[in-house]
Amino acid sequence: MAEMKQAPAGASAGEKLLNWVDNRFPASKLYKEHLSEYYAPKNFNFWYFFGSLALLVLVIQIVTGIFLVMNYKPDAAVAFASVEYIMRDVPWGWLIRYMHSTGASAFFIVVYLHMYRGLIYGSYRTPRELVWIFGCLIFLCLMAEAFMGYLLPWGQMSYWGAQVIINLFSAIPFVGPDLAILIRGDYVVGDATLNRFFSLHVIAVPLVLLGLVVAHIIALHEVGSNNPDGVEIKQGPKDANGHPLDGVPFHPYYSVHDIVGVVGFLICFTAVIFFMPEFGGYFLEYNNFIPADPFKTPPHIAPVWYFTPFYSMLRATTDQMVQVLCVIVGLAAVLNLIKGKGTGQTKMAGLVGAAVLIALLKVFEAKFWGVAVMGGAVVILAGLPWFDKSPVKSIRYRPDWHKIVYAVFVVNFVILGYLGVQPPSEIGGIVSQVGTLLYFGFFVLMPWWSQIGTFKQVPDRVTFKPH
Amino acid sequence: MKKILASLLAAITLLSGAAHANTALVLDKFPKERVTDLAALQNGAKLFVNYCLNCHAAAFMRFNRLKDIGLTDQQIKDNMLFPTDKVGEVMKVSLDPKDAKAWFGAVPPDLTLVARSRASGSGTGADYLYTYLRSFYRDDARPTGWNNLIFPNVGMPHVLWELQGQRAAKFVTEADPHNPAKTEHKFEGFEQLTPGKLSPQEYDSAVADLVAYLQWMGEPVQNQRARIGVGVLIFLAIFFFIAWRLNAAFWKDVK
Repeated sequence: MAEMKQAPAGASAGEKLLNWVDNRFPASKLYKEHLSEYYAPKNFNFWYFFGSLALLVLVIQIVTGIFLVMNYKPDAAVAFASVEYIMRDVPWGWLIRYMHSTGASAFFIVVYLHMYRGLIYGSYRTPRELVWIFGCLIFLCLMAEAFMGYLLPWGQMSYWGAQVIINLFSAIPFVGPDLAILIRGDYVVGDATLNRFFSLHVIAVPLVLLGLVVAHIIALHEVGSNNPDGVEIKQGPKDANGHPLDGVPFHPYYSVHDIVGVVGFLICFTAVIFFMPEFGGYFLEYNNFIPADPFKTPPHIAPVWYFTPFYSMLRATTDQMVQVLCVIVGLAAVLNLIKGKGTGQTKMAGLVGAAVLIALLKVFEAKFWGVAVMGGAVVILAGLPWFDKSPVKSIRYRPDWHKIVYAVFVVNFVILGYLGVQPPSEIGGIVSQVGTLLYFGFFVLMPWWSQIGTFKQVPDRVTFKPH
Repeated sequence: MKKILASLLAAITLLSGAAHANTALVLDKFPKERVTDLAALQNGAKLFVNYCLNCHAAAFMRFNRLKDIGLTDQQIKDNMLFPTDKVGEVMKVSLDPKDAKAWFGAVPPDLTLVARSRASGSGTGADYLYTYLRSFYRDDARPTGWNNLIFPNVGMPHVLWELQGQRAAKFVTEADPHNPAKTEHKFEGFEQLTPGKLSPQEYDSAVADLVAYLQWMGEPVQNQRARIGVGVLIFLAIFFFIAWRLNAAFWKDVK
């Protein structure tokens, strides 16, 4: 048992209470470790707002979600009407609903920007691999959460979007059709699907999500935050108390700093809520104002914007694309045989592996590989800490042409997103195939390209201009 | 870094312009100011109850919500309701869906949200409805005797015909400029066959009132929402200034 500490003589009632609590629960310890004595680099820039903003949006989604559930009815017969009831008859229900629907899109915006920050400053590099992996799992959960939440208003896009995505699972060899039925709880999307999606959206996924967010932050606070220079402040000079000179306590410095980011974000967020809650059909799709009708397929079904880059990659994986993939796998194996560094044994293993992969590519239908490509595009992010072999973390000290590589990657991702919104077209199909290869090429070839070029000298201390 | 940001912004601007560019309807612009004009909304509500509510329901709209556009419970009871209806009820319709299917080929859709669901890349839902209700013409090939320019072979007859009068559409057959072997059926204009109770200008104005009502009914809170929004943004702008100065005050000692 830990030693019981005594409050100093003449302590106020508040101090005595805190002392009583601290003897039983590490309240002061937690506060110090995570806020008042968590030293964060002092050179954070604009991109570092998005972590705290993601947390803010998570809270907005949970709180508004709680109030929505008080009036929403997960029943195919009345779900649509209950949403309109919230919009019309529940006091301030419209505001709660718009906060939740806009919050869904805002969540993806801040999370994409948060991931982009990690990408350009190498925040996933040693010792932050687990921070990054927890983050990837959060992204995965977020996608599941958004997908299942989108079914709940029970509009035409809710219904047919879910129908299309669940049908994808039936492309998985052997177990696919049964898996799709398991997800739907029926042979078509129906009341059973709505009920299980409601349950998963409201309790199962949020529980996992919250746990992962806690793990993400604990892992971060264990290793300390990265910064735009990619300099480890814990290895730099320290003050008399052993705190890094390049760090400032999170509270109050970054707590007041993040308030600026929060208010800036709220200005954009409320502008959407109050003046354009549909956001031109991107945040609330027009078709979703028509109740779900299983007998009437809309002419054009597209997922909500945040899924479209991945959806584009799915659509890009045609028979023709599978041929291209076969050729690429073959070429890679041959290249490994001629120029690879491994022993004869590993080279042979590579060749056999490639042959098996090509055989599989040929055996299963393109639809399955489309699903595999779409899933792979998300999962591959987790490998980033091991793909990146550059001697520096931050983009600031990389060769200039690396910046072009990152720019191409970002623009390519946006183009894929755009194409995913559009109905299929011949040119769009070819562009998204090239885009898919670029997307995967960026990651798969990273061990090679990330070490090439002249890197700049990383300074010993962070670059910081006092305000 | 700045370059990346700039290219990202350029890409986003390009995209927002091209979004939903796949539909090719040419729509007339609905006069937006009618949505905040209470007299127009009240006239629109009257037209809606008299002409639309016989076949179309508005099952998420309560009669007494009309108080938001300046009517009293008594006015609603006297002018909008059958004596048996209650003022808190939603706008249901007594038409049997089976009969509707037999008569029109489809059940008339609920109109509560029609102004929201009909929005597209070509224009707002109100633009669509404003154009649609002014594009009916006589077509003896159709079972109802009516057709519509932007909703070809529509099941609905021209319910407002006594106001607008009867019109015919003139078409010419022209060679397709992209493919000389093909010809296309091109609309040239309307021809008034019989006069209506209203002049063409009065008819357009009446339709604008009706569409204003439909637009308002799609989201009765919309005008209030925008008003609150202005206050919220002013508050946040002040808060932003304070937060910015507070941050500067804390950070001035960090060297």
